[in-house]
Amino acid sequence: MIVATELGLLYAVMALGVYLTFRILDFPDLTVDGSFTSGGATAAVLLVNNVNPFLATAAGFGVGCIAGVITGILHTKGHINGLLAGILTQIGLYSINLRIMGGANVPLLRTSTLMTPLREAKLLGTWSSAAIFGAVALAVLALIVWFLHTDLGLAMQATGENEVMARSFGISTDRQKILGLALSNGLVGLAGALVSQYQGFADISMGIGLIVAGLASVIIGQAIFGSRNILNAAVAVALGSVLYRLAIQVAMDVGLDPNDMKLMSALLVVLALVLPQWSVVRRISGLRAAYRGAGPQGALTADEYIDDVDDLEIAAKAKGE
Amino acid sequence: MLTLSKISQSFYRGTVNEKHALRKVSIEIAEGEFVTVIGSNGAGKSTLLNVVAGKLHPDSGTVTIEGHDVTRLSDHDRASMIGRVFQDPRAGTAPELTIEENLAIAYTRGKARGLRRGVTKHRRDLFASELATLEQGLESRLKTRVATLSGGQRQALSLLMATFSQPKILLLDEHTAALDPQRAALVVRLTRELVERHRPTTLMVTHNMEQALELGDRLIMMHDGEIVVDVSGERKARATVADLLSAFEEVRGAELSDRTLLG
Repeated sequence: MIVATELGLLYAVMALGVYLTFRILDFPDLTVDGSFTSGGATAAVLLVNNVNPFLATAAGFGVGCIAGVITGILHTKGHINGLLAGILTQIGLYSINLRIMGGANVPLLRTSTLMTPLREAKLLGTWSSAAIFGAVALAVLALIVWFLHTDLGLAMQATGENEVMARSFGISTDRQKILGLALSNGLVGLAGALVSQYQGFADISMGIGLIVAGLASVIIGQAIFGSRNILNAAVAVALGSVLYRLAIQVAMDVGLDPNDMKLMSALLVVLALVLPQWSVVRRISGLRAAYRGAGPQGALTADEYIDDVDDLEIAAKAKGE
Repeated sequence: MLTLSKISQSFYRGTVNEKHALRKVSIEIAEGEFVTVIGSNGAGKSTLLNVVAGKLHPDSGTVTIEGHDVTRLSDHDRASMIGRVFQDPRAGTAPELTIEENLAIAYTRGKARGLRRGVTKHRRDLFASELATLEQGLESRLKTRVATLSGGQRQALSLLMATFSQPKILLLDEHTAALDPQRAALVVRLTRELVERHRPTTLMVTHNMEQALELGDRLIMMHDGEIVVDVSGERKARATVADLLSAFEEVRGAELSDRTLLG
């Protein structure tokens, strides 16, 4: 229970990153599976080389940002479909992550990390460490909520909601997407750095399927705790991450294998996406739709310019008859 | 001052569906002038607006705003000079943001957007007083999500957002076409008031001939990618719907006889 809560709070940092792309930018970003490992791998290798743990963790954030920028550029400048751009970066990162670690994993057992003081004080696995991780998640959450209310943050929100409107007010939607992807994957990389220190190693498979965990946190959290405004939505995501880890814990306790967890996660997300569409469920529980109604998006096509009803023609015809 | 010179724009070039939306269109619009644009289906009205906005880059010709050649600038790079209101009332606002947040985005048009708070006390006061001029009671609903407003209210808000940030040029693309007659009348009244107050150089495309005569101080009619009628001042003030219809018939008639001759 406590361990699941601890993990949930650490992964909440990742989930908040996924929230930025999936909800704010309306961009399902699959870079996450790669950038999480990149963050974890970078931090681990730096720690083994006796770099200050705070610096090593910050480097995890930085590497994640770079991964996000690559996906952003592929999508906006290379005009590659968003899902594909994320997959391409993710696959490329697999090789890069192996290069970073010089192998499939980096153990951190006798290395001094951010978790070392907690471990020595025997706080790990107690509510005290959960509280500390909670404070970290809360700080990240506060930063995101603050950012989204700045001029820049509002421009990013507008980009995700209505590109036509955003561009008409001088917002470079390409730049906003790249920035959003960078921030998002930066947080994911940061979470990777924290998790590798928590579990005492980084390995090449630590990020596999993570996007599903992130989406599950966002969707389940918002279905249960709402998304009335940014603050509400962000808190819901963080709580969703904890709920997700608790659900996994419960599934393991009833005898499911850790190998079954990917399937469980996928089914959980499918349920969370499909249930709100059933009118019965909507009526009974008032569940908020998993999809937020978005405005008209994308550029108008050439067809729309010349395809409209015409009073003049109609009037002229009427007069002729 | 907005100058278009010899703008040509075609779609589906090199195919059987090739469509010349604009054929060497030239027009000079004085600072603060309010031009209404009418024309038949596919006449090139919306293409003209989109070329000015930078949504389309013409095959040839130049667009100049106050002496600056902006032909190659992207739409968002020109947006510091241009305000737009679209036909679809949903197109001009961000639905999940509040009224005040939408106004903050409009307020920062043409400014660098940084890490300062989007809605400050000072800005909120300004937004409330601007909203009050719409007389829709929106000034007391600053924290309402725009998605909950009616089409007419959203269009009124779009109009305010497009004008209060004082763009040099205002583009209105059939912005009353999707509204019921009562709401359309409201938006027409607000258009007149806001344009009079901020005096942008205005181009308004409409399908409604009465509206085209009622608003603005110059009227152009487009047909098949060309400007075929251009009236202003006294002549425009005196023109009637019947005049426009007969002018339109004349253009079409000329076209028909040309074809007969060639045939």
